[in-house]
Amino acid sequence: MIRATGLTKDYGSRRAIENLSFEANQGEIVGFLGPNGAGKTTTMRILTGYMPPTYGTAQVAGFDVIEESMEVRRRVGYLPETAPLYNDMTVYGYLKFMADLRHLPNAEDMADEALDMVGMSERADGYIANLSKGMRQRIGLAQALLHKPEVLILDEPTIGLDPAQVVEVRKIIREIGIQRTVLLSTHVLSEAQQLCDRVLIINRGRIVAEDSPSNLQARLVGAERATLRVKGDADGLLRSITKIKGIQTAVVRPDGVIEFQFAPGMDLRPEVARTAVKAGFDLLELGAVGMSLEEIFLELTRDSKVGK
Amino acid sequence: MRNAWIIATREYRQYFLSPVAYIVAFLILLFAGVLFVLDMYIVQQQTLAAYYAVTPPGVADIVIFPTAFLLLFAAPALTMRLLSEEHRAGTLELLLTSPLKDWELIFGKWLGSFLYLLTVYAVTLILPIVLNNFVSPGIDLGVMAAGYLGLILLTAAYLAIGTAISSFFNNQFASFFATLVVLLVLWWVISWPAGILPYNAAEFLRSLDTSTHIDSMMGGVITLDGLVYYLSLTSLGLFLGTIAIEIRRWR
Repeated sequence: MIRATGLTKDYGSRRAIENLSFEANQGEIVGFLGPNGAGKTTTMRILTGYMPPTYGTAQVAGFDVIEESMEVRRRVGYLPETAPLYNDMTVYGYLKFMADLRHLPNAEDMADEALDMVGMSERADGYIANLSKGMRQRIGLAQALLHKPEVLILDEPTIGLDPAQVVEVRKIIREIGIQRTVLLSTHVLSEAQQLCDRVLIINRGRIVAEDSPSNLQARLVGAERATLRVKGDADGLLRSITKIKGIQTAVVRPDGVIEFQFAPGMDLRPEVARTAVKAGFDLLELGAVGMSLEEIFLELTRDSKVGK
Repeated sequence: MRNAWIIATREYRQYFLSPVAYIVAFLILLFAGVLFVLDMYIVQQQTLAAYYAVTPPGVADIVIFPTAFLLLFAAPALTMRLLSEEHRAGTLELLLTSPLKDWELIFGKWLGSFLYLLTVYAVTLILPIVLNNFVSPGIDLGVMAAGYLGLILLTAAYLAIGTAISSFFNNQFASFFATLVVLLVLWWVISWPAGILPYNAAEFLRSLDTSTHIDSMMGGVITLDGLVYYLSLTSLGLFLGTIAIEIRRWR
């Protein structure tokens, strides 16, 4: 469980985050989404006890991050942005060292288990310096999982991984998220969409939107959009579609597909299909286009007045 | 305390993978070895066993003094990367979010470097043992022990200063040069004004000079102010190092 209340952090005169309040509950994966420099890392550093906030408080796993920092640190697994590792240690030696620092009673077993979890068991005796970026990231993740923490905080967990590894790491995170609290930051929107139960969009140190990915989409899109592909010249059909009651706009895209918009809640696709068939066109494809999270994100971060 | 020990043992092992640490060990052993051979050569040439019975060649001249001098460079070289490198590699973030108190981190880092030099000093003990068999009636073990004690205390203080400076700087070369300057001032520069100052002030400056106390210990005299001085300097270094970590967190 993570509960942040009014977190503010100043670096000298620059305010990195301002009055951030949010919660993440057990069994929930919460995504921090925002452009670089939005304050994601700063917030995570406060929650992990790396540095105190200028104002505000936060509880992690039931303990105050300032007053009971040690208790918090014992219960949190943290993967910093750069997956910091000691190059001159072996993978196993490194995990054993971290396990010792956490006073784990069976450090060897825990290290083995964490390595197994990220699929790196066969590289246990190799030196970290010889690992690829993706492997380093996985060792960083193994380090965060080592002590089976109640709360997992991951700063850009899939950055620098190849597509197969991304899938692998996301699978691991999803498994962990079933029982524990996971807070992860990303600027890959599809990742947030796939992984997170809830998304916090953060821009210039403020939360500009907070909801589940699908709700965010529904809430922020004023209209639903759909596409229609027919055989032959679509231009002839455009006029009849525009005439259908409830259609707000309809255009023929350069690729010959008709894209039309209608008010949310009233699905006009059957109506459009009937019109096309009636007009003598062969229907090839009828699809829905939601506003992608990318668009929502750009919308929100371009103009931070939205959602305030 | 257990955490400090975990940090210290990792650091100690890292020294055996580090070229800098090998160079330090090599130079200390080389200087001591060369001086030892020269000493033995002079003993043979003069063949004055009686002369040496009065003033046996001291362990101080062979091991303690040259090592104390080399330490001006060796201590910064060994401590420069202790925390600066952790910062550069980003691993400091890892340590500072582990259940590890700031003082345990600093103390552990210092302890690792201290144990490394103690290991090197243990190797130098071969020389006094050999020397003991060559001179009659043997070397003065009391003087030797006092000399080694002085060297160990001096080492503790230098390494603590280096550890503290390393935790202030993000660049290990900056740490090296800053530590070198501080050690040179304490060893050498600080007593320059003593000649022109009134007696009390001059004595005060001399007592702040790291060489004053090791000099008396090399002569076999362990003084209370020497012990207090080196131990205070060590504690001050470790304290400032811890403060530097706290400052890092707040800014």
